[in-house]
Amino acid sequence: MSDSEVDEAAVQTNVPEDADVEMTEAEAQDSAAEEAAKHTPRGIPLRVEDLRKEFGGITAVDGASFQVEEGTLTGLIGPNGAGKSTTFNCITGVLKPTSGAVYFEGEEITGLEPHTVANRGLVRTFQIARELEEMTVLENMMLAPRGQRGESLWRSVLPFVRDSVVDQEGEVLERCWETLDFFEIDHLAHEYAGTLSGGQRKLLELARALLTDPEMLLLDEPFAGVNPSLEARLLEHIHELREQGYTFLIVEHDMDLIMQNCEHVIVMHQGQVLMEGRPEEVRNDERVIEAYLGGEVE
Amino acid sequence: MSVAERLPEPLAALWENDVTKITSLLAVIYAVYLLTGAALGFSPRGQINSIASLTFYIAVFALLALALNLHWGYTGLFNIGIVGFMAIGIYTMAIVSKAPVFAAETGRSGGFGMPIIVGIIAGTVVAALLGLVVALPALRLRADYLAIVTIAMSEILRFVFLSGDLEQFTVAGYVVGLGGGSGLILDFTPPVEAFFTALGLWNAYLGFVDVVGAVVPNNPKPVVDSLVYGFLLLFVVAGYYVLLRRVGNSPFGRVLKAIREDEEATNSLGKDTDAFKTKAFMVGCGLMGLGGVLWFMAQGAITPNTYRPRLTFFVWIALIIGGAGSNTGSVMGGAIFAAVLFQGPRYLKNLIENFVEVDAPSGFGPAVSPLISNLDPLPFLFYTIDSIRQLQLVIMGLILIYLMHNRPQGLLGHRKEPASGVPLDRPRRPAGEGEGRPPAAADGGSRGETDE
Repeated sequence: MSDSEVDEAAVQTNVPEDADVEMTEAEAQDSAAEEAAKHTPRGIPLRVEDLRKEFGGITAVDGASFQVEEGTLTGLIGPNGAGKSTTFNCITGVLKPTSGAVYFEGEEITGLEPHTVANRGLVRTFQIARELEEMTVLENMMLAPRGQRGESLWRSVLPFVRDSVVDQEGEVLERCWETLDFFEIDHLAHEYAGTLSGGQRKLLELARALLTDPEMLLLDEPFAGVNPSLEARLLEHIHELREQGYTFLIVEHDMDLIMQNCEHVIVMHQGQVLMEGRPEEVRNDERVIEAYLGGEVE
Repeated sequence: MSVAERLPEPLAALWENDVTKITSLLAVIYAVYLLTGAALGFSPRGQINSIASLTFYIAVFALLALALNLHWGYTGLFNIGIVGFMAIGIYTMAIVSKAPVFAAETGRSGGFGMPIIVGIIAGTVVAALLGLVVALPALRLRADYLAIVTIAMSEILRFVFLSGDLEQFTVAGYVVGLGGGSGLILDFTPPVEAFFTALGLWNAYLGFVDVVGAVVPNNPKPVVDSLVYGFLLLFVVAGYYVLLRRVGNSPFGRVLKAIREDEEATNSLGKDTDAFKTKAFMVGCGLMGLGGVLWFMAQGAITPNTYRPRLTFFVWIALIIGGAGSNTGSVMGGAIFAAVLFQGPRYLKNLIENFVEVDAPSGFGPAVSPLISNLDPLPFLFYTIDSIRQLQLVIMGLILIYLMHNRPQGLLGHRKEPASGVPLDRPRRPAGEGEGRPPAAADGGSRGETDE
């Protein structure tokens, strides 16, 4: 995978104008439009090797291999049943893969518990937003930060020691309010998460995932059930965060959305990686069109 | 709907305070009981007795409901083996603190003769450890499996206590045992005496008993003892309340609530949910064990068949009345359950019998036949009043069904105590500061609200 696939300018303007221009890394650095690249040193945080997952006799993921470059917005697309969500679940530890390996930042994370994976900095959101309904938006947010002293029972309970917990709670609270402001959902802070609309839930989930200080975010269909205006806001936030250096892998089956926003696209079909490349390469690829149309157009 | 909305402003603010809620509820309950006692023409001794047992049951049900709230209200753990943890607590305490016996003799086993406080701590710790044993296989499974494991555990324990093989055995020369079907005599120093002796106030206490003797002639000590024990338990309730509030209003409690809402999502945010569940379960079980010790240690003797699952369900009803998820609600639920459902029917019966000559028929047949033959409902009514103790469980069941249909969120309504160590208000208004887009935020706000 060459560095040229990371094209900040294209992403910012949503127009992949220089898609066919082969750029070296040096050229990219020189480009005025590559301002954001300074914050996104190159690397491969996530690597999936020959991942396979079988449920009984059904093979949901059949030897998928791909990698995600640091600081990119990578899309994972494919028709229904292509194995996207299963791949996601295998990466994040919700499911144990039958075989294959997942590496995050050079270390193998195959089969680790979800909380261990999350604590390494690889945090996911869910296809159906999983906010904690009977907790307020603010409580949802305050749950997320890592390394909270008060998560230890005795520190929360014992006098004197509790003071340090309360101090840290103040800091956490402040961060949460800042994040709420950033996502422009501060007016919902005291609402119960269960009363939010679909789109607001997705915003909350992204905000909450962000508060865990992740290195990389895996978003499972972040735009499903989100109305267009909120979708635009969500995208804006994702681009903004990517410019700050976060890496994103987004599962989505809305092709257009991925094509317009991602700089690298991985297409899955029948449990395998059908192809990957820049959006316009993917868009014009016969195999992809076939896969989406049902594979019978020979 | 809420009480606060119907009250004038200053009173409403006062009502918002949790301690006010609890004390006013207790005040109402006590007033009703004292008035009923007066109507029944109770002697001072009778009044003290009725208040003592009322206080006792309010306290024990509040304790157990608080502990269950940590399991169910906070963490969503469906524990229906409460009575098992209570039983292991009191049995451990009994064996640790009973007077030692060194010569094996049928029907008489002793303990290790340790001070009562050691027994209480041992009972609590052993209950918590039993919680760990139950948690290890069951917590990883879904909620209903935990329910099956806990209720089975409580019944297994009861049969162990009943077992003849464990009735008596010798450990390092001490003859101890579970006592089998006849149970154990709790022959250690009565807890009230032990408590005041430890404080060096035993003589002062005896002086106080003498003073009470002025109103309660003939041996006032037992009634004063039970009243004082009840009030001591109320202090323990306050201790549980403070402890569990601290647990709830902390990052730890926040993770517990999150587990209740969605364990998988919580796990995906980097929280080791199994560890949190195990800790919360053990703490709750320890508190249940302590609750069992405090309930039964002043009663002179314990027998295994006291610890049937229905005690578990009493605690559940108390929690549901108060509203799971709220510590204040748990205390109020415990108080209401004890006063209205547990002690209430008997009082009602006494009250009615005091004013009406209840001529109850001897069985169900004679009670119903006049109703059918000449539409005379009185014998049936009298029969019902006479059997109110037995009908108690039916009444509880009906009330439970009513609550689940009409007010599943409990007395205090959908009340969730914020899981945070600090007030959740915005630390300072960022008026026109930072981010640089308050107008956009306002814009986004209205958009956000209307996009439903």
